Amino acid sequence: MTSPRTLYDKIWDAHIVEEQQSGNSLIYIDRHIIHEVTSPQAFEGLRMAGRPLRRKETILAVPDHNVPTTEDRETRVDSIESKTQLDALERNCKEFDVDYIPMMDARQGIVHIVGPEQGFTLPGTTIVCGDSHTSTHGAFGALAFGIGTSEVEHVMATQTLILKRSKNLRINVDGDLGLGVTAKDLALAIIGNIGTAGGTGYVIEFTGSTFRNLSMEGRMTVCNMAIEAGARAGLIEPDQTTYDYVKGKPKAPKAAAFEMAVNYWNGLKSDPGAKYDKEVFIDATEIVPQVTWGTSPEDVLPITGVVPSAENISDPEKKASVERALEYMGLKPGEKLTDLIVDKVFIGSCTNGRIEDMRAVAEVAKGRKVADSVEALIVPGSGLVKLQAEQEGLDKIFIEAGFDWRQPGCSMCLAMNADKLLPHERCASTSNRNFEGRQGAKGRTHLVSPAMAAAAAITGHLTDIREL
Amino acid sequence: MDKFKSIRAVAAPLPMINIDTDMIIPQKHLKTIERSGLGQYAFSNIRYHDDGSERDDFILNQPAYRNAEILITGENFGCGSSREHAPWALKDLGLKCIISSSFADIFYGNCFKNGILPIKLPQEIIDDLMKDAQRGANAIFTVDLENLEITRPDGDVIKFEIDGFRQHCLINGLDDIGLTIEKDEKITAFEQQQKIQQPWLYE
Ligand code: SF4
Repeated sequence: MTSPRTLYDKIWDAHIVEEQQSGNSLIYIDRHIIHEVTSPQAFEGLRMAGRPLRRKETILAVPDHNVPTTEDRETRVDSIESKTQLDALERNCKEFDVDYIPMMDARQGIVHIVGPEQGFTLPGTTIVCGDSHTSTHGAFGALAFGIGTSEVEHVMATQTLILKRSKNLRINVDGDLGLGVTAKDLALAIIGNIGTAGGTGYVIEFTGSTFRNLSMEGRMTVCNMAIEAGARAGLIEPDQTTYDYVKGKPKAPKAAAFEMAVNYWNGLKSDPGAKYDKEVFIDATEIVPQVTWGTSPEDVLPITGVVPSAENISDPEKKASVERALEYMGLKPGEKLTDLIVDKVFIGSCTNGRIEDMRAVAEVAKGRKVADSVEALIVPGSGLVKLQAEQEGLDKIFIEAGFDWRQPGCSMCLAMNADKLLPHERCASTSNRNFEGRQGAKGRTHLVSPAMAAAAAITGHLTDIREL
Repeated sequence: MDKFKSIRAVAAPLPMINIDTDMIIPQKHLKTIERSGLGQYAFSNIRYHDDGSERDDFILNQPAYRNAEILITGENFGCGSSREHAPWALKDLGLKCIISSSFADIFYGNCFKNGILPIKLPQEIIDDLMKDAQRGANAIFTVDLENLEITRPDGDVIKFEIDGFRQHCLINGLDDIGLTIEKDEKITAFEQQQKIQQPWLYE
């Protein structure tokens, strides 16, 4: 009898093409999503070597990082370099006959939002994309991880990757999240607990009632941020919530094939007694709304906290890093987090650009007004999210409250288009990275949940959503 | 890909932790469809003033370290995005070897695809090497990938470990796509098997 296996082990084992002497395995890749920033050099490599795509039907292409988010986006690509990348994606997809969703298509959006929406993301599959937040798709019980451009080319040419098995890390969270506490707060609290390198070398499996009770949107938010904890992939076992989401999506299996698939997916669970290399247990009821103060996602605190001090840190490198972060963020130790004035608010990204996030923002925005001093941007994660929000009348609530309702894309998550922070501007953002310069040179990012971002837009400063 | 057997070069100390990919190559410089020419933008946020002039306090701007080929740095180097622009930029800047106590997984793998050798060593050893690297033009190290040895400026030798397959590819400058394509039969056999078990993946 085989020994009990984890969910990760099962997906891994089901994709081994060959185990190699060096301890590496040749792993089969089922699904490949590409965008304009990390694919051009891979196509170029194929062209130079005269290699074809091995299975073009396993690739889905959509532009997202560079696209403008204004109404007249087609004519508004703000730099010649952006245009070159966008054009290159379109040209390459034509030349290699790849399924391509153009910028002006209603289905266009951020790769990690489009994949699930199109039913391209399925449980039990291996999914890659030249983007670290590919971990998002792990919410479906798929082994999904980001790769570099050389690996993009490797997958295009061979449908495989040479990989070493990761270790298993289990993060178990039980209990109900409190009022105003969301999947984003859960993700940030986990990173605060294990650190940005805590998951390095591991694949994280999120277990426990808290994740079971989350919607697919919430699960995606958590898995999205697994990479910020250093883990290449996060996983949640598929269940009825997963199947209900997948069913009926354009590229999902239909009718009898769907039943057959569900039958297979039901086996995607860690066996009782499966061994994890590391386990972390967290009580959901102790988590309060979170906010980052520094320049790494692990620099996170409860919104009720104060800016920390570097004084008592003995490790010189860590001390220097906290001092640097405080200076960069323009903060003084001891300041109350809720006293920090924001200039901009960004709601969107592959972390929090889904319909549930839009609804959470609308709930806060309804009947209120964005503070005069704040510029607040809402960028839906895809054209379909936008459509859905408009059908529900959320756009009216946003516009009425003074939010700027935009076209879909990555936008101010990484400021590769025209949406960016100016130097020293402070932003409450629903994105996933608060690195120096991430949202624009010298910009200051505080990561929060959509509801907390909306609350900051209304009050003009970081706000505990529970007190609004 | 360039071969990497052994290098003898100056090592620069960069004792910061959590150096992320946005710091190695800011996103505004990702808008290229080429692999080359990114060295000028490497570390640009900490390397240049706003007016484009060089900052004296950035280590690789200092005369003794301008030709450094080795970087000794703090934990969790390369965290963040999957962008291969990060190793492309470092390579273009002339760096061939990065030594740290830990690397982010994706960055670590990307280095090997581009002829850069990332070496992981325990923090105590990194602390010693960091001191060695402060000797300016005399901070000359030898990194020998065939024998898995680093020779410090004073002649001490430190052993390191690396995955055997990656060592082999790097020493011989092998393109692993070519190697994998030779496995075509096995890949096809896998697909036939998978098609029986999960036909919906082939519709
Ligand atoms: S939304 Fe942000 S994190 Fe997500 S894919 Fe786009 S740039 Fe990357």
